[in-house]
Amino acid sequence: MKVLTPYLFIAAAVALLLLLTYLPAANMVWYSLTDWDGLDLEKQFVWFDNYVEVFTNPQIFGVFAVSLYYFVASFAQMAIALYFAALLSYRTRFSNLFRGILFFPYLINGVAIGFVFLYVFQPGGTLDTVLGAIGFSDTPQWLGDPAVANFSLAGTSVWRYTGLNFVLFLGAIQSIPGELYEAAEIDGANRWQQFWALTFPGIRRIIGLSFILAIAGSLSVFEIPFIMTGGANGTSTFVIQTLQTAFNFRQVGLASAMAVVLLVIVLLVTWIQRRVFPDEKVDLT
Amino acid sequence: MSDHAPRVHLGTAASGTVKYLSLIVGVLITLLPLSVVFLASFKTSQEFGQSGPFDAPGNWFNLDNYVRAFQDGGMVEGFINTTIVLAISLVGTILIGTMAAYAIDRFRFRGKKLIVGLFLVATLIPGVTSQVATFQIINGLGLYNTKAALVLLFMGTDIISIYIFIQFMQSIPISLDEAAMIDGANRWTIYWRVILPLLRPAIATVVIVKGIAIYNEFYLPFLYLPSEGMISTSLFRFKGPFGAHWEIIAAGTILVILPTLIVFLFLQRFIYRGLTSGAVK
Repeated sequence: MKVLTPYLFIAAAVALLLLLTYLPAANMVWYSLTDWDGLDLEKQFVWFDNYVEVFTNPQIFGVFAVSLYYFVASFAQMAIALYFAALLSYRTRFSNLFRGILFFPYLINGVAIGFVFLYVFQPGGTLDTVLGAIGFSDTPQWLGDPAVANFSLAGTSVWRYTGLNFVLFLGAIQSIPGELYEAAEIDGANRWQQFWALTFPGIRRIIGLSFILAIAGSLSVFEIPFIMTGGANGTSTFVIQTLQTAFNFRQVGLASAMAVVLLVIVLLVTWIQRRVFPDEKVDLT
Repeated sequence: MSDHAPRVHLGTAASGTVKYLSLIVGVLITLLPLSVVFLASFKTSQEFGQSGPFDAPGNWFNLDNYVRAFQDGGMVEGFINTTIVLAISLVGTILIGTMAAYAIDRFRFRGKKLIVGLFLVATLIPGVTSQVATFQIINGLGLYNTKAALVLLFMGTDIISIYIFIQFMQSIPISLDEAAMIDGANRWTIYWRVILPLLRPAIATVVIVKGIAIYNEFYLPFLYLPSEGMISTSLFRFKGPFGAHWEIIAAGTILVILPTLIVFLFLQRFIYRGLTSGAVK
């Protein structure tokens, strides 16, 4: 009985973990080798046909190109976040107010953000009015023009997530001991030198981590484009397409193969991250 | 030497200006999109058509759009459903998570390494993609189109909270457990009477961070509860009937943002702390 005690405490968590994470993952691999439509009782085994389809059909794999917009945007996002974090790590008036405002978008409901920016991007709407006021009147269709739509959506994504990066960076910067800066000050280092010699190395790890989260995030972008354009005008992402393949077109086998491919890529990226930025402390034990 | 000091002074003054200027630009870019929606939410349909996005509404107390969004837009149902799912999922997450953390931190047992490994690997799987297969399981359990499906999914996918609980539990001295054990308490009593009350700060963190995540979740209710509205899906449905009525969509959007803003204003510190311990894993 005594031996059983720890298992009883952890049983519920493990049961849910197996039922909702590992069983689906295993099923997904199995479905990906079949031509199942999600309804049929019979599943035809088709080996790797679905994977061949994923990699050879440009309509499927080509969608990864859309990730590039979000990937590039995430650099802008980190740069902006780092800039404001470094700025606010010095004594600043109203620092809490600035911090709160810059962070708040991260907490807002994704559908609400989608609507806010649908409104902002309206032809003749807010953005056009602002641009008109500073002299740009020849504005494109922000969401209607396929050449522009992904920039608009990636911009929305930057607006939404910069606050998170900012707070993480700020927290890391503030954990660097203040005496180091005082010593640097006495040695005559200017702000810029202090940033490169102290701040940047001090938060290297969190920057590395954000970088990986940015890659994984831009591969699996979903909410913003799904809510704002539904994937129209060339804004469909790999995840949107996977889910449409599964639930709208009832090709569960093919969709599973797509999901497995994405999963493998994300695992690969994370593995590389663990090699490049090894964790200093062992988590979870 | 003497001409040195003023130059430094001038330098900091200039950099101070740049600093505050860029902060103000950042704040404007953050707040402008939200404030134009706020303005729009008070305009009448006719007024909306004629005025520019930055024009103030004629009547700041025109709440018609809010009333319509709340009643006709099904937001009442959305708020009620979200509250129910939120409450049950949070209680479940806390019980399951603290018990698991207690087992992992305070016991040595066979298979512990494996279980911890399974929890860690699970954090790497992007939730949105595995829905293709998870859907079949929820369907097979007969839970499709029920709130129970969402409760189960919110409780089951939460590894971050277990992690937060373990982190916190490591700071609770084991001597407390031992003292209780000498007094004759069994493991369950220790968990219930000693550990759980001491975990209160960690529980508060999880309630806030997880609560915000559930409140904002869009895809799970969209997929698993198509016939009822949660806060996200109720708002999403505005696209149809109110498609041409931006003033009503604006009111609905503000209604959804408002609770988040209130929670944020009161619990800022805890939210920052929870995110830094949660988001980075």
